[in-house]
Amino acid sequence: MLLDALSFYNQYFEPGTTHYVIQNIVQNFPFITIILSLLSGIFTAALKPKAAMRLCFFNLVVCFCLSLATLLFCIQNGDYYIYIMGRFPAPFGNEIRVGVLETLMATAFSLVMLLSLMGGLKHIFHDVLPEKQEYYFLMMDLLFTSLIALIYTNDLFTAYVFVEINTLTACAIVMLKHSKETLVATARYLMMSLLGSGLIMIGISILYDISGHLLMEDIRKSVGVLFATGQYQLPLEVVICVFAIGLGIKSALYPFHSWLPDAHGTSTSGSSAVLSGLVLKAYIILLIKLIFRVFGTDVIFSSRVLNILFVLGILAMTIGSIKAINSRDLKRMIAYSSVAQIGYIYLGIGLGPAGMAAACFQILVHAYTKPMLFNTAGAFMDTAGGSRKFKDLSGAARKNMWAGIGFAVGAFSMIGIPLFAGFVVKYNLATAALSTSKERAVLALVALVISTVLNAIYYIPALMVLFKKTDETKTIVLHGKKKDMPFIISNGVFIVCNFVLGIMSPVFIDLIEKGLKMF
Amino acid sequence: MISLIDTLKSFVDGAPVKKEDDTKLTIKKVSKHHETSFTERVTSMIEKGESKTARSAYTVVAVIMAVIIIACLIYTVSFLPHFGGADNPANSSEVVKAYIENGIHDTGATNFVAGMILNYRAFDTLGESSVLFIAATTVIILLFRHKTKEEEKIATVEEEVYEDKHDVILRHGALILVPVTLMFGVYVLFNGHLSPGGGFSGGTILGAALILYNLAFGDKSTQKFFNYNINKVVKISALTFYALSQSYMFFTGANRLPIPDINGVAGSLISSGFILPLNIGVGFEVACTMFGFYSLFDREEI
Repeated sequence: MLLDALSFYNQYFEPGTTHYVIQNIVQNFPFITIILSLLSGIFTAALKPKAAMRLCFFNLVVCFCLSLATLLFCIQNGDYYIYIMGRFPAPFGNEIRVGVLETLMATAFSLVMLLSLMGGLKHIFHDVLPEKQEYYFLMMDLLFTSLIALIYTNDLFTAYVFVEINTLTACAIVMLKHSKETLVATARYLMMSLLGSGLIMIGISILYDISGHLLMEDIRKSVGVLFATGQYQLPLEVVICVFAIGLGIKSALYPFHSWLPDAHGTSTSGSSAVLSGLVLKAYIILLIKLIFRVFGTDVIFSSRVLNILFVLGILAMTIGSIKAINSRDLKRMIAYSSVAQIGYIYLGIGLGPAGMAAACFQILVHAYTKPMLFNTAGAFMDTAGGSRKFKDLSGAARKNMWAGIGFAVGAFSMIGIPLFAGFVVKYNLATAALSTSKERAVLALVALVISTVLNAIYYIPALMVLFKKTDETKTIVLHGKKKDMPFIISNGVFIVCNFVLGIMSPVFIDLIEKGLKMF
Repeated sequence: MISLIDTLKSFVDGAPVKKEDDTKLTIKKVSKHHETSFTERVTSMIEKGESKTARSAYTVVAVIMAVIIIACLIYTVSFLPHFGGADNPANSSEVVKAYIENGIHDTGATNFVAGMILNYRAFDTLGESSVLFIAATTVIILLFRHKTKEEEKIATVEEEVYEDKHDVILRHGALILVPVTLMFGVYVLFNGHLSPGGGFSGGTILGAALILYNLAFGDKSTQKFFNYNINKVVKISALTFYALSQSYMFFTGANRLPIPDINGVAGSLISSGFILPLNIGVGFEVACTMFGFYSLFDREEI
């Protein structure tokens, strides 16, 4: 006797809805990437470190290929589709939603994760205690699962579950470097991160109470009704604030950034790369989803929360840079630069629909630039006996030319020199700002100019110090003189990706706009 | 031009050190290498306790802000619909109705909660059990360490000295309580789809029984049947079974492939498809996590 899978559908859905129809094997791939990463994370607990590393890399390569195939399918298909996780469609069961923007991010994230781990590989095996190295890759696998699931999720409760996984694994990969300062940094990170999760949880429960749904589309419908009738006006506004603050804490928006320099500055370079390149971005993608798919743009605009995000973004851009100028520690400088770059994303979100594509593009650009900077910083630290201070690092780029080139490309991109990816972001943000109201345009343009100058003020002296001529006799090499091939390969691919994003930017922005339209 | 570069360099690098022999540079001199920036001066002021008033003002402001935020949130709650009221949107949604009306037919479980978390919304619960797995692993990362032979010797001596092996009351009490608790845990696990209970609650009871046994009879007798490797194997196999069985359900569900009817007769022990084995798997994982936490906090090993 066979269970008829269709009986339940027919009960609730008209046969006309095409978004649920699976015609192609490719449409299963997002589900396979989630389950595969989860399973490889679980299996890793039983493996030796080297085998764990191989499984992790294998999983990431497979996920990259599968996500790329899904992306191509979605572009060809021209519409999103919904994949049911279970035997029951959405309000009753779980589902994930696959569109162009989601698959683009999943593809980009899997490549960044792979390259960051490759670049920091030597440091992972040096910084993490030998008996705990397999756990590093376990956490990375599960972190990747949560990132992918957060990108694809179509349900607020599923999002919360994976926010939890993300929080725990992110803290664990900071903690895994064996030192006192990382323990302190982890404690701070965990506290702030849990505060953010708590606020998100409060937001979800109030929203469920006033709307009666957890699925994003259903919430938008009932929120639209509530907004039109003026019912539950205050709880709705509180929910929007709570979500904005919670996700702001998690993605290190300016006044809530205090945990970031410690956590990103002290952990091993692979962790710093993944944390700044991917973990922060997952929450911003969740915020964009909330704006478009949970509250709807009308409700968000009338609540004026975007104005606050806009101002905070501008503050982050300037104050993050000033803090970076003040720091005498290479990794802390790069970490503060992350605060400034996150400010660009929030500036784009604050500009409204016009800036959303630029914000999404900045997510990609920062994901491909910052991990490279952190990995090269790790390589520089090797030449100075593990010190992160600028005074010990003078001339480091001459001792490790590959890292020097990578750092220079990353720095030029962050400053926003034409041909590099960062320039396109600034250009797009400026054009988006011009299409909005006068005050916003003036504020945004002034902030962009000031922030660009400030970026140059700390990146160019840093480059000068790193490329300073020193006597070669004082070279200290930390882990032997053998060439670090994984690092060189990852650095090369990062540089190529940066130029691809910079030169072929119209392709990506077009894809992002297509994806945003599908939202 | 050169002077500009020098100024920029000293900006990043701080003021250059007076040229002395490198060997003579002491740690103190290195730390005075650069000029202190404004923020560094302020932090050092705070660290040295030079601005205690600033610190206490900070505490006061923080407390006031927290109170204001709490008040705002509580005020918001007063605007929410009444719990259990007929006009509560959560009560009038189609989801609740469908769970109650079709729950037994769809899942085969008479315990709707079990049907909901392990069949309808199994993906979320898969995430939740991974959270448990991650939490246990994180505690292992933080606290677990392989002891050296000397440390092990010291530990065994300490155990002999401090662990009172002749505590008759505890041992006899445990002899009666442990089997009963284990039986009750197994009952809760196996009836999760029929009555209140299930993997999470049954697993906690099993974990409590293990902890009681360990307290009464010591590490060595516990390690005969439960050690680090067994803990690992149980957790990995439970989660793997969960992930694989649910992937089968997800894949067939999304592609609308027919599957054999595994729901069985609602109300009988062997029924409701994957819910029973999933409850057992989750229960074992929870028990391992509970005992693992206790054991790691107690003596840094399992």
